[in-house]
Amino acid sequence: MVVKRPEGLVLVSPEGLRHDGRRPEDLRPVKMEVGVFKNADGSALVEYGKTRVVAAVYGPREPLQRFPLLPDKATLRVRYHMAPFSTEERKSPAPSRREVELSKVIREALEPIVLSEEYPRTVIDIFLEVLQADGGTRTAAVTAASLALADAGVPIRALVGGVAVGKVDGVLVVDIDETEDMYGEADMPVAAAPDIGLITLLQLNGVLSREEFNRALDMALTAITRIVELEKRTLRSGYVEAGGEE
Amino acid sequence: MSGERKLAGKLVLPGEPVDDEVQAEKPFVVEEGGVKRATVIGLVREGEGGKKSFVRLKGVYVPKPGDIVIGLISGVGVMNWFVDINSPYTAVLNVQDFLGRPYNPAYDDMSLLLRIGDYVKAKVVAFERTRNPLLTVQDKGLGRITGGVVVEISPTKVPRVIGRKRSMISMIEEKTGCKLFVAVNGRVHVECPNRDLEVVAVMAIKYIEREAHTSGLTERVMRLIEEEKSIREVR
Amino acid sequence: MSISPYKPPITPLIVKESYLNMLRKGVRPDNRDLKTPRLIEIKTGVVEKAEGSALVKLGDTQVMAGVKIDVGSPFKDTPDQGVLMVHAEFVPLASPLFEPGPPDENAIELARVVDRSLREVNAVDLQSLVIRRGEKVWTVWVDLYVLDHNGNLYDASMLAAMAALLDSRLPDYEELETGEIVVKKGVKGDPLKINTRVVTVTVAKIGDYLVVDPSLEEEAISDVRLVIAFDEKGRIVGMQKTGAGGLSFDEVDRAVEVAREASVVYFKALEESLGRAGG
Repeated sequence: MVVKRPEGLVLVSPEGLRHDGRRPEDLRPVKMEVGVFKNADGSALVEYGKTRVVAAVYGPREPLQRFPLLPDKATLRVRYHMAPFSTEERKSPAPSRREVELSKVIREALEPIVLSEEYPRTVIDIFLEVLQADGGTRTAAVTAASLALADAGVPIRALVGGVAVGKVDGVLVVDIDETEDMYGEADMPVAAAPDIGLITLLQLNGVLSREEFNRALDMALTAITRIVELEKRTLRSGYVEAGGEE
Repeated sequence: MSGERKLAGKLVLPGEPVDDEVQAEKPFVVEEGGVKRATVIGLVREGEGGKKSFVRLKGVYVPKPGDIVIGLISGVGVMNWFVDINSPYTAVLNVQDFLGRPYNPAYDDMSLLLRIGDYVKAKVVAFERTRNPLLTVQDKGLGRITGGVVVEISPTKVPRVIGRKRSMISMIEEKTGCKLFVAVNGRVHVECPNRDLEVVAVMAIKYIEREAHTSGLTERVMRLIEEEKSIREVR
Repeated sequence: MSISPYKPPITPLIVKESYLNMLRKGVRPDNRDLKTPRLIEIKTGVVEKAEGSALVKLGDTQVMAGVKIDVGSPFKDTPDQGVLMVHAEFVPLASPLFEPGPPDENAIELARVVDRSLREVNAVDLQSLVIRRGEKVWTVWVDLYVLDHNGNLYDASMLAAMAALLDSRLPDYEELETGEIVVKKGVKGDPLKINTRVVTVTVAKIGDYLVVDPSLEEEAISDVRLVIAFDEKGRIVGMQKTGAGGLSFDEVDRAVEVAREASVVYFKALEESLGRAGG
């Protein structure tokens, strides 16, 4: 879909800088915090620039209401939801088709890493609320879910992180924001667990050549490695802050 | 007192490798492509004789046969109670077991035996994740809890409240005159000579929970108890 | 909320074992090799009242697509473009696992993947759908109707959507003096302008093997699939990992490669269906 670009908006300058001054491979300022909620078994806040997502994990637990539980593993329930005030125009709080799809895509990004077979007949609830949307909400949500799962002590094979790579004005760029997503040619959200070399979310909305695709995936994995490092630093800081390691 | 406050081992995060010689419980360390990796946040601690073990810092309690737990009666069935044992799995306690003899509805009234909200100390008899854990109270010291308070802590912090060779628990008991029973499911039964000492003992337990990942804990808890006792003017 | 699926049919463990043994030898139970799609049959013009329609059989999977075209208003941010909408229904007659009700997450995901694959490359020329700029445009509804689910609904649905769009003609209309647009019932006008054809190729990972166009049995024992959309130039115009598993970088690379080879088969089937319809 081609949306008319506002006049004067330059996505990539002749010097190769993006509209917010970043280089193609740069992430936006990333902020992470764990244990942000008291009630949840695990919780996290993740910001990619103005994109802000909170995650809460409950479980493994017995579901509040009875429903068919899996006999050989835990059931994952994932809800990705956008707050009505998170977007330019108020978003209806009722789940949209987009949110239904993204809840599934995010659940399937987490299923490969959660050791759900250790907790049959239980549920692990992962609730994700987008408080502000400025591009990359689903990938920030995966990162937040990863931190919240670790914070809850749910056994996971490895931490996952997410980032969207885009193509704007013919240039591949990492961690696209809303403006770049709207006026760019491609948006490729990726989530992966670098410690075990597993890609767990992969979508492409847009057009890429075979070579561009491989390069984009490579850039995504490099950025995700960095994001997972930040996750580790965040988790570690909660324990190390006051003392330092033995 | 931050100078002495160090981590009680090497912090390991999910996905990070753990050395082969480290003793660990499945599923908190699993093998993935030939490499052993942690699946939860934990510490690799060195014990006596240099033996290393992985201790998780977060997570829920999953029952094992033989565990002594403190359960909260949460529901009543036809011939049994449902017991919340601070786990994803609700436990079952049969009436015959509680009575220690066959149950006869003609003259036994279940509601007089245990009520919803009662605590029981019980042993896990059987559990294999496809059925709810089964409890028994037919052993010494088990049964309904009638006095004191029960403090809830994260089940992963239980070992630190007990301490090496019961060192922590003995110290708290000695300093406060309270009697402590630490159940593996993260519930601590505290019985004290008076209310002030009870407050101090609970405070100490909560402090250990918060600081479970740090070293030099016994020293600091001891000081905390002394300070709080002097504030409250109890001995 | 998305919930781990609760699947009543159980694949016997020995079936999976023997299946993996076959894959090791490079064959599948229906005599295909790992990278060949099932037999494809495409019939267009199957619903006269629709502006375009197609029935696709991919092996035993059957998907029908109907295109309805109405006069509508453009979106505010695209006053010079028509509107494309893709919907999918998993009707209960298509599988013992489908239940009546509004589209579930699988149907929504499928529709949105087909929608994006068409949209991102402007497969349907939306600019050609303007009747009066900023006011009246054609809205193109693509409704996917799954009739028999025997695996790989993605590729069958995309083929059906594409064939139905290629079969579509805009309605003939009259513009009244009041500015109102009146569609002439039953009279068909110009063919819908298509810029490029698009197909998706689904690759399933079973054990360490990658298979193209999985059957229902194959989907049941695979835990991850990669759906890759291509245009006629062989460019990648969409992608979706679906299912609870993960893939390595190398597996993704290999999947894209085998998918591109298989896309040629789908394009050929589309071409042949058009030849038949024309002649």
